[in-house]
Order: sequence, then C-alpha cells, then structure tokens
Amino acid sequence: MKHQIAILGLIFAGWGLAWAIPHYGWLNPYIQLVLMYLGINIILAASLNLVNGFMGEFSVGHAGFMAVGAYAASCLTVAVFPVNWPAVMLFPVALVGGGLAAAVTALIVAVPSFRVRGDYLAIVTLAFCMIVKSVLENIEGVGGPRGFMGMERLTTLPWVYAWVVLALWMLRNLVYSKYGRGMTAIRDDEIVANLCGINTRRVKIVAFVVSAFWAGIAGGLFAHLLQFINPRMFDLLKSTEILIMVYLGGMASLGGSVLGAAIYTIMMEVLRPFGVWRMVLMPLLLVVLMIFRPQGIMGLREVRWLIPGRDRAAVKPTPPGKDS
Amino acid sequence: MTYFLQQCLNALQLGSIYALIALGYTMVYGILSMINFAHGDLFMIGAFMAFAAATLLGLSFVPTLVFAMLAVALLGVLIERLAYKPLRQAHKMSVVITALGIGILLEHLTLAFSPYPRHMPPLIAHFSWNFGGLSLSSLQLLIIFLSMALMLALDWMVRRTKVGMAMRAISWNITVVPMMGVPVNRIISLTFAIGASLGAAAGTMYAMAYPVIDPYMGIMVGWKAFISAVVGGIGNIRGAMIGGFILGAVEIGTVAVLPSTYRDFVVFSLLLGLLIFRPWGILGTPRPEKV
Repeated sequence: MKHQIAILGLIFAGWGLAWAIPHYGWLNPYIQLVLMYLGINIILAASLNLVNGFMGEFSVGHAGFMAVGAYAASCLTVAVFPVNWPAVMLFPVALVGGGLAAAVTALIVAVPSFRVRGDYLAIVTLAFCMIVKSVLENIEGVGGPRGFMGMERLTTLPWVYAWVVLALWMLRNLVYSKYGRGMTAIRDDEIVANLCGINTRRVKIVAFVVSAFWAGIAGGLFAHLLQFINPRMFDLLKSTEILIMVYLGGMASLGGSVLGAAIYTIMMEVLRPFGVWRMVLMPLLLVVLMIFRPQGIMGLREVRWLIPGRDRAAVKPTPPGKDS
Repeated sequence: MTYFLQQCLNALQLGSIYALIALGYTMVYGILSMINFAHGDLFMIGAFMAFAAATLLGLSFVPTLVFAMLAVALLGVLIERLAYKPLRQAHKMSVVITALGIGILLEHLTLAFSPYPRHMPPLIAHFSWNFGGLSLSSLQLLIIFLSMALMLALDWMVRRTKVGMAMRAISWNITVVPMMGVPVNRIISLTFAIGASLGAAAGTMYAMAYPVIDPYMGIMVGWKAFISAVVGGIGNIRGAMIGGFILGAVEIGTVAVLPSTYRDFVVFSLLLGLLIFRPWGILGTPRPEKV
C-alpha cells in the first residue's frame, strides 16, 4: 500500500515536472521536442512489445496502425470537432478516436493471425501496412500522396507524459492479467496453450487490438506534434525503427521498451551530424544485436522500480527456445 | 485487340523480371526456411553495379551483366556468411529481423555513396519491329529471352545435376543430409550466390527498361517478387516462375483498368487474400504443424 502511494506520488511529481519544463522554459525547445518524440516512441515500442515480445508473434505493421490513428485523430480535430472547443476536451477525445480507429483495423490483422504464424504473419502485417499506405494515398479528402496538414500543435510535454504513463500502466496491468499469461503461453507453445484451455483466439484479438490502439494514440500525438503527415512517413522504415527499439530494449519487457526507445531516440539525435551514415548505423546495430544478444538488453526481465509487479515467480517467462 | 496484345507483352516483360527475383526468395526459403528480406535490395545493388560497370568502366552489355551478377553473388555469399550463418541455430524470428536490417543497411549504404537517382545509359542498340500496330522493341525481346534462358538453366541445374540434387536434399531434411556427405555450408553459399546473381541479372535488365535507379527501388520490386514467390508456393522453383508472370499480368491489368495509384493496393490485397485462404500457394504443399 505504502509502495503504491509512493509510485502515485512519483507519477504526479513527474507530471508536475513535465508541466513546469515548457512553462518556465527550463530546457531549450529542441530538447523538449526530443523528449516528446521520446514519449511517442515509448508508447510505440511498449505497445509493439505486447504482440512481438509477450506474445512472440512477429508484426511489422505497427506503422500502419500509427498511420490510421494519426489520420483519424487529425480528421477529428481538423474537420469534425468545433474549433472553439478547448484543447483539454478536444485533444483526448480526438486521440482516443484515432486509437479506436486503429483498434478496429487491427481486427483485419488479428483474423489471419488465427491461421498463419511466424514469418507468414510478418508478411500479412506488412501487406496490411502497405495497403494502409496505398489507401491513404488514394483518398483525396486527406490530401492523398501530398499529405495532410492543418492540425494545431496540441501535443505538449504534459500531454505526452500523461499518455505515456497511461499506456505503460494499462499495458502492465494487461501483461500481469490472465490475458497476459495467455500471451506468454502462446509464445511458448500455441497448441499447448490451446490444450490448457486458453482461448487463444480471444487472447490474440485482445493483444492485437490493444497494441494497435496505443499505436493509434501515438500516431495522433505524432500528427499533432509535427502538424503535417503524409502516407510515406508510415512505411516499412518506420515499422523497422519501432522493431529496433523493441529488440534493442528487450523482448517481453516493458521497462526494456522504455530503455530501448530512450537509447534509440537519443542516439539518433546525437548522431545527427553524421547525416546519412547514422541511418547505416541503425540497421547495423540491429544485425549485431541479433547475432550477439538476440533477446535485447533487458531480454525477458523487467525493470522492477519502473514497472512494479506483484509476483516475480508468476510472470517469469521461459526464454524463447530454439525453434522446434 | 492490339492494345490487349501490347499489354500482354508488357506483362511478360515485367513478369519475367519478377520471376527472376522471386527465384532468389524461393531458393533460399526452400533450403533454409527463411525469408531473405534483403533480396530486393540485392536486386537494387545489381542495378547499381550494372550502372557502375556501364559508366565508370564503360563496358558493353554482356560484360556489364556478368560483372553485376558476379559482384552481387559475392555480396550475397558474404551476407550469408557474416549475418545469417551465426544465426542458423537461433530463433527463427532473429533471422528475419536480421534480414530486414541487412536490407535497410544496403539501402542506406548505397544512399551514402550515391545520394541522387542515377540515369542508366542505354547498353544495347534500340530498334523495334512493328507487327500491324503491335510494337516489339529489342529490349523487350532481350529481357524476355534472357530471363527464360536463365530460368530454364536453373530448372535444369536443380533437377539434373548433382549440386541440384544436394539442394533438393537439403530442403527435404537439413539434419540428415550432412551425414550423407553433402557439404551443406558450401551448397547453402552456392544457393545464395545463384539467387543473388539472378537478382542482379533482373536488376540490370530492370535498369535498362526503366532507366532511373535509386537506392529505394528494391523495396517495392522486391516485395512484389516476394509476393510472386508466395503466390506460386514458396520453396517451389517452378511456382516462383509462374507466380512472377501472374503478378506481372495482375499489375499490368490493374494499371490498364484502374488509375495507377491502385496498383499496390490490388497487389497487396491479392497477397492478403491468398495468405488467408491458400497460404501454401499454387504449386506448394500445405505443411501441417506438428506438436
């Protein structure tokens, strides 16, 4: 109980800090911007980790869900909601709308996941990502290939902070719930999980939908930070970036995703003077990581002080064994 | 009618390029059960090697083609040895992620060396024949015939030679075959070399047919070739050839009927539908999952 109050206090203190930084101008705007991108990347990596890490599937279509969320949320703020609404009311509703739109499209990916696994599912999610991009390019109402603009800059540091905390809290609760154990069981062996009475279809739908929902939220935040989106931003390269954060931080570890997103985002900013060579370094890092430490930095462990868990033994997963 | 025949000819040209690339995917999948996501970028490197040979060295068509094929074959073997071989016993997903990473690495390395799109010089004399409104260019003829020849040669090699027999044996059971005295690593390297050089041949011809080349050209073409391999039944060499021509026909057909922006949508929807209803493709056989 005391532990929980302390955590709650820390969360609110963090929010206060996130509010004070832009308000009093403690950090320069560039660093604030990087922090906001970091928050968005944390949401993306943690939500993808649900499907790729905890459930052991291989989805490469996360950028597609992000695109759906970004476009839906932007349409809501630009075209649907009255402009005179205060941002406090409008923004969360628009973001949740974007998240829900992404969650609904996730059902399209969840259904094939009942039939195919592994690399085939990777193809399905990739095809989905390409279809999303192609459809967006063909809708003239959102600018087609030219992109969509006109959003106000509603994303601020306190908002990003709040959504990150909410995302991590919800994902943590999900991971430690019955569904979370179901996901871990699917990763270890889907057929055995089914035999043990786990409704694997239901667990998969929950994982895909929740993961996509948060990708949609991140997309909405991204769109209202950049104030311009176009379909090419959400291609395979974006998905790969998120994958790198997930695998760098560690599979099946929310704390690892936070760490992976932080390392990746900061490294990309620090290496900016190197121009295109930093884009060479990024995939090289992934390849080296896969050869020498395929489970990532945190690999299947959790950062306890960041993501408190009730019971260590109950969630200790078995490492992904050699492919049988 | 002439229009239809002309489109058929275009489909044949595009399809043979897809088929050549699809062979690289399908051969590697057949032997190692891994999707070499970097193969589309090997195709791109092939185009750039051809460009380098044609402009920097000033070679004519045949030496250019041979140079590109050899260089990319070497690169393919190098990638296999350095990146995929250490992961042969690892989790399957690690290999897939590595392949994705290698693909992006190749794109950005090329981008670092050649930041602007390049224009491929014409390598063969251009003339065209006219059959009552139907025009056939020397380039189209070359692409279709060269691809056919390469494919027939590969098919013959896999079915009739000892090396081909070793390849088929490895794809049948990789754990038992080494005990029969088959040099598995050498055969795997050879498979990568052949797949990569076919991709490079496709890259050279693609660059001649659509002369503007850039480091990202391999992504889309690679994916479509991959879809061809899946449509035909991945792991099946004849399936990849058939799949390539089907995809070429679908794509040209879509552009003939709908606006060209719908092309990718139609092609990827085809893939999605196929994977849901017949994931093993036209010529493939379903593999039930065993406990």
